[in-house]
Amino acid sequence: MAKLPGLQRTALVAQIERRVLLRGTMSLGAVSLLGGCDISDSDAVQGVLGAMSRWNDRVQAALFSPTRLAPVFDERLAVKDFRYNAYYPKQKAPVLNAADYRLELSGLIGDKRKWTVDQLHALPQQSQVTRHVCVEGWSMIGKWSGTPLRTFLDRVGTDTTARYVGFTCADGYYEGIDMPTALHPQTIMAFQLSDRVLPSEFGFPFKLRIPTKLGFKNPKWITSITVTNREPPGFWTDRGYNWFSGI
Amino acid sequence: MSTGTEFLEIQSHPLIRRVAHWLLALSIVIMVGSGWRIYNTSPIFPFSFPEMFTLGGDGAIAIVHHNDGGVANAIAWHFAAMWLLGASVLLYFLHTLFTGHLRRDLLPVGPRLFWRDFSAAATFRLEHRLGEYNAVQKVFYLGVLLAIAIMILSGLAIWKPVQLQFLTWMFGGFQGARLVHFLFMSAIVGFMVVHLALVAIVPKTLVAMVTGRATGAPHRAPAGE
Repeated sequence: MAKLPGLQRTALVAQIERRVLLRGTMSLGAVSLLGGCDISDSDAVQGVLGAMSRWNDRVQAALFSPTRLAPVFDERLAVKDFRYNAYYPKQKAPVLNAADYRLELSGLIGDKRKWTVDQLHALPQQSQVTRHVCVEGWSMIGKWSGTPLRTFLDRVGTDTTARYVGFTCADGYYEGIDMPTALHPQTIMAFQLSDRVLPSEFGFPFKLRIPTKLGFKNPKWITSITVTNREPPGFWTDRGYNWFSGI
Repeated sequence: MSTGTEFLEIQSHPLIRRVAHWLLALSIVIMVGSGWRIYNTSPIFPFSFPEMFTLGGDGAIAIVHHNDGGVANAIAWHFAAMWLLGASVLLYFLHTLFTGHLRRDLLPVGPRLFWRDFSAAATFRLEHRLGEYNAVQKVFYLGVLLAIAIMILSGLAIWKPVQLQFLTWMFGGFQGARLVHFLFMSAIVGFMVVHLALVAIVPKTLVAMVTGRATGAPHRAPAGE
């Protein structure tokens, strides 16, 4: 950096520098206040963060490739004893009776007849060994088998130019995904986990398995599917999580 | 005072560099604070960060309102501030590159010079001169820039392990990327601690980074300057 010869430092300059230093120190203090609790809970901050989250939805939709597949793993890497995960204990998980169960369809679907478990199980199935990534940071490789959602949506005459598919669940959970993700070849209605009929605590009769989304976008105990152009709400999105949540 | 043999030390920082520096500092504070809250929900080591040092609102309030300890809030902070971080890194890098700051003040550094200045610093004999970075400083600044670059890449690998799966693979998979993200966060926090301690020892560097210019007492020019 340049050095100027022979300049003398005056008392005035020193005074100004001191003042500036004081101001600088105070702004450092303001930065450290960010760590405090209040700032995150203010409406204005929540407004900005919410707007950024909507922007990130758009960025993620643009990043999403309808043909890029999630990495698949060797079957031996699939965890047999998969982690139970919900916001309530396992004992409170819904237990649905196969005989009484009916899947309801609504929205931009041609054939809205209800589906029984046997009818669902008769659909063509495929398996995948993929990584389930939780928003909390943990992840687990599992093996799921079931019908591509695309196959099912085609079967019931879905208007696939619609923008979203929404789901409601037996435990009061609800979730929605974008149509490109719904039509992705690895998005399946999973009837099996680790080669066994999906146990009750994992979503019997079926859960949605989407290896291109975070875990909470994989609803369990699904009782209704709707196809719509209005963005369906999500249980955790209503609690502040990002809507698209692609990975 | 005789001219020609004594020099006034001057540290100057152009406006854009100062703006980029403070935006970068702000975004790193937000990224680290929110990152610690996210880490706490699923720690990869047997410890958690005290909530008062994390960003994401009052955990107890969040549980009542959102059924969640504030991690949704922390994630919202993290993925909002990543844009600020990216923008300020880009601004800093381009400005540093095009003004010659990188080439002139940061880059000429070798192992021998580093070792000389490092041993001097370790024995408290290293003199700090305003407007001139010693080899230890240069390595520190270049090192933290590298760490920030690795944080951005490992962060993208964690954010998009499917869409950017090559990147995730480069870090040894999803868990590998998390580990790298944690380790380089630690390196950046370590840098910040040393950086702030040294600023406290030579406060005029802070004056320069705020106002753009600081002057120090004249020093005798080394022979041949």
